[in-house]
Amino acid sequence: MIYRETGQYKSNYGADEQIFPIRQDRIGVMIILALAYLVVPFIGNDYWFSAILIPFLVLSLAAIGLNLLTGYAGQLSLGSAGFMAVGAFAAYNFMLRIEGMPFLLGFILAGLSAAAVGIVFGLPSLRVKGFYLAAATLASQFFIEWVLTKFPWFTNYSASGVITAQKMVLFGYAFDTPVSRYVLTLVIVTLLALVAKNLVRTRTGRDWMAIRDMDVAAEVIGIPMLKTKLLAFAISSFYLGVAGALWAYCYLGTVEPQAFELTRSFQLLFIIIIGGMGTIVGAFFGAAFIVFFPIFLNLFTSTVFAGQLDPGMLSHLEQFVFGSLIIFFLIVEPLGLARLWQLGKQKLRLWPFPH
Amino acid sequence: MAESRHLGDIILKIDHISLSFGGIKALVDISFQVRRGEFLAIIGPNGAGKSSMLNVINGVYHPQTGTVTYKGETRHHMPPHRAAELGIGRTFQNIALFKGMTVLDNIKTGRSLKIKPNFLMNAIWFGPARREELEHRRKVEEIIDFLRLEDIRRTPVGMLPYGLQKRVELGRALAAEPDLLLLDEPMAGMNIEEKQAMCRFALDVNDEFGTTVVLIEHDMGVVMDISDRVVVLDYGRKIADGTPDEVRQNPEVIKAYLGVGH
Ligand SMILES: Nc1ncnc2c1ncn2[C@@H]1O[C@H](COP(=O)(O)OP(=O)(O)OP(=O)(O)O)[C@@H](O)[C@H]1O
Ligand SMILES: [Mg+2]
Repeated sequence: MIYRETGQYKSNYGADEQIFPIRQDRIGVMIILALAYLVVPFIGNDYWFSAILIPFLVLSLAAIGLNLLTGYAGQLSLGSAGFMAVGAFAAYNFMLRIEGMPFLLGFILAGLSAAAVGIVFGLPSLRVKGFYLAAATLASQFFIEWVLTKFPWFTNYSASGVITAQKMVLFGYAFDTPVSRYVLTLVIVTLLALVAKNLVRTRTGRDWMAIRDMDVAAEVIGIPMLKTKLLAFAISSFYLGVAGALWAYCYLGTVEPQAFELTRSFQLLFIIIIGGMGTIVGAFFGAAFIVFFPIFLNLFTSTVFAGQLDPGMLSHLEQFVFGSLIIFFLIVEPLGLARLWQLGKQKLRLWPFPH
Repeated sequence: MAESRHLGDIILKIDHISLSFGGIKALVDISFQVRRGEFLAIIGPNGAGKSSMLNVINGVYHPQTGTVTYKGETRHHMPPHRAAELGIGRTFQNIALFKGMTVLDNIKTGRSLKIKPNFLMNAIWFGPARREELEHRRKVEEIIDFLRLEDIRRTPVGMLPYGLQKRVELGRALAAEPDLLLLDEPMAGMNIEEKQAMCRFALDVNDEFGTTVVLIEHDMGVVMDISDRVVVLDYGRKIADGTPDEVRQNPEVIKAYLGVGH
């Protein structure tokens, strides 16, 4: 009834190769964008923008980056937070050291710096896969953390290693309120999500999936292994770099290595496992889950158990539920929430007839 | 059959190829030629070295001695993706599809080599990116029609039955419009109808597109019906090379291959 392809006959391949070929999906995306751009900025409060929506958007972006590499190209990485750190510190140093550098250009350079570092740490992927590659990317995570704390030049010799992010000013307008930073983040995340969607539905993405699914066959077809893998590392790291800069500038307001430790890498991995490997929308599902779930759990336990649960217990419970869910998704539904969403839509498409 | 067909110049020449893995001699001093437009079958018992031969032709394996001459150029080390660029297409004995992708995307990926726009254009779905995606989609749809895969183009290949997967793999190889198509037991494990359909497709590819086909098959009956010429391998050696009738009457073939109950 509601979600049907029936009647939407496509008379040319252009219609079938649109970014969202099904009309209901197009409408759905439009509605969400309209809400995010036209409604939320007017009804949200500072707490929502700063503590929930901005981190949700930035984590989604970072998860898209990781998903391009791990979900699409099949290269397992535990170094995502390292690449975010590269982005954050690159943005800081470019803006610090180049007079009058516009912050948006700084963010782009942040992405490009992370991409360059990503290519270097992607080189082992040409020889090793799976577990060994994970170990190599883990090494990159530690190496980057070490470099950023070891050489004070990167933190501009600040005593604590924590530095205040520069102001973001565009044509005289300063992004200094939570709502303005939310809109800024939203614009960047929307654009990059659309770009990611375009990448994965064209040759670039198909080549990634091909080397993920069967690398020998991919090579026999003529897909250049070296170029394809390194491109995945570069683009993935670009996304992570921009996400790192946003995390520092739009969310924390400070640039510090502690924000990009190994736990963040794992968090991103959990997001794409829960949300759905190899889907763009899954990154949003997973990030929403990671951000909103603790809030719901908190709300739930405080109403149901009304103060009988101490906070320590609560955080254990949270970790326990996360752990269980990750195991659940790995075993039962490796394609994550995005797949459940897909199945739900398919059911709706056939409803009310079961088959 | 061979006489009635128009065959062109020599497209592939195998000279004194030997390949071993440790102590195992997979191929011993193999030589043969394939003419443009020809339908050649390679037969032989298990472990005879048939798959290894295909792997040498498209650069997956590197022989210790001997040369492969393709379209007049002799190469010692040719990486597989180079072979693809030169127009050698291939299917595998064990299905090697991209399991997580749909039929449509698998076949599109077979065409990757021909899709030129770089990732920056793809990223913004700009001009050539869009134009080429649509243009190649048209070509891919022709293959889908040819192989009768219309109904399942959106199905992830992992969910298809074995016989259809083999057909999709043929489609993926055809997508690159190869000049030389290497098929490694495309009919193995199929029922009789599926086998007949696959035979038909392979023959049509050869007839209609003029594609040179080198096909490995266990089933002698099938091979004798469809090929112009047959090369017989046994324990890594070539023991016969000729028309199906010649090969059928070759005493060594009867002894080595037909004799053992095939
Ligand atoms: N990658 C490899 N490493 C080691 N030995 C190999 C390898 N590939 C093939 N061989 C060996 O080479 C010999 C020939 O194998 P090949 O697969 O070419 O035979 P085949 O004629 O295709 O057999 P089948 O009919 O079973 O497919 C076998 O003894 C096999 O074990
Ligand atoms: Mg074989």
